[in-house]
Amino acid sequence: MHARIQIASICFAIGMVVLVVELVRRRRLSEKYALLWMLAASALLLLAVWQHGLALISQAVGIYYPPTAFLVIAFSFALLLLLNFSIAASRLAEQTRMLAQRVALLETELATQRLRAPAVEVPEPLVPATTVARHSSNRASEQHTL
Amino acid sequence: MRYDDDRDGRSFDHVADPTARRSAGRLLVVVPAYNEESSIATVVSQIRECSTPCDVVVIDDGSTDATASEARAAGALVVTLPFNLGIGGAVQTGFLFAQANGYEYMAQVDGDGQHSPEALEVLLRALERDPNLDMACGSRFLTSDYAYRASTARRLGIRLFAFSLTHALHRRITDPTSGFRVWNRRAIELFAAGYPHDYPEVESLLMLHLSGLSFAEVAVPMHRRAGGRSSITSARSGYYMLKVSLALFAGLLRRPIAVAPARFEPKV
Repeated sequence: MHARIQIASICFAIGMVVLVVELVRRRRLSEKYALLWMLAASALLLLAVWQHGLALISQAVGIYYPPTAFLVIAFSFALLLLLNFSIAASRLAEQTRMLAQRVALLETELATQRLRAPAVEVPEPLVPATTVARHSSNRASEQHTL
Repeated sequence: MRYDDDRDGRSFDHVADPTARRSAGRLLVVVPAYNEESSIATVVSQIRECSTPCDVVVIDDGSTDATASEARAAGALVVTLPFNLGIGGAVQTGFLFAQANGYEYMAQVDGDGQHSPEALEVLLRALERDPNLDMACGSRFLTSDYAYRASTARRLGIRLFAFSLTHALHRRITDPTSGFRVWNRRAIELFAAGYPHDYPEVESLLMLHLSGLSFAEVAVPMHRRAGGRSSITSARSGYYMLKVSLALFAGLLRRPIAVAPARFEPKV
């Protein structure tokens, strides 16, 4: 394989690793998803450096031009990641659905209870929504730092 | 179990008594409704006036019209979902409600006026007569007495599902897409834990069968919808067929949700 292609692939793989680490550092990407990306980037880096390995793999699957094998492997990782996102999206949809159902049932319960006991005065005013939001976001970030 | 649930400490007991005007506490009629403002009031009052004593809950599936207020004005308790979940998610909300409130039976009546509430009694009686029966399903096609008219494409789709289910379950199924059903407590427990998502009628038959629960079809009359629109438009029917077929196929490969029959003790 030409040195130029090798250098380009190494730069590409290193760039990917750096980007993923940086995103994790800034908490834009959770560790759970970062792991798969890191795995993909490290595998590509390994193959970019270890030319003999790449040649062996391309020979084994009948690809004559090793850089194509590099692309094929990169593409396979991309497919794997996409599938992973679909799984994550399905799970999130499921969780959102459950939350929506719970909220709807709780709201109904609350409304019916208010109907039932209109004379009772609420002693403490409800906490303003903004305060609640700030509290919960604080707690979320505390968990992150742990 | 797919959903870890701790609802033992909860109770919706009040629903079964003071606010519901004609409460029996035994049968809960769930009406899933998405933008059905033109027909929902009629459906609710028909259910409340029918000969079967029951509580009515309308699951407002994120409607953007006056469905919720119309239903409330007609005397139903309304559970409003924060956004549209689709018929499966809406009906499952009904199962969760029935489960939490200790209803012995739950029925589904569609909000579009297709089902006549008078036939609820027939379905309910089928369950009461046979304690081993977990679901009674109203069928349009069991007898030829009831003329039901649907478009050719729709009839063909229904036939196709009826055919594949008949073969998958080794028993005759005539109307797998009918949403006019009554479940007992065991089925309520099963479907509160997990109910098929988008178009649940066909798939839930398979779920019942695989979980070892029994069901029977009962002949009922059905009308054309009084208002609103079917969620299955002609453009979507292809998607519907494919999706349900995939769900059926995957369902056959899936392990069923276990429901312990012994766990059920009716709250009387």
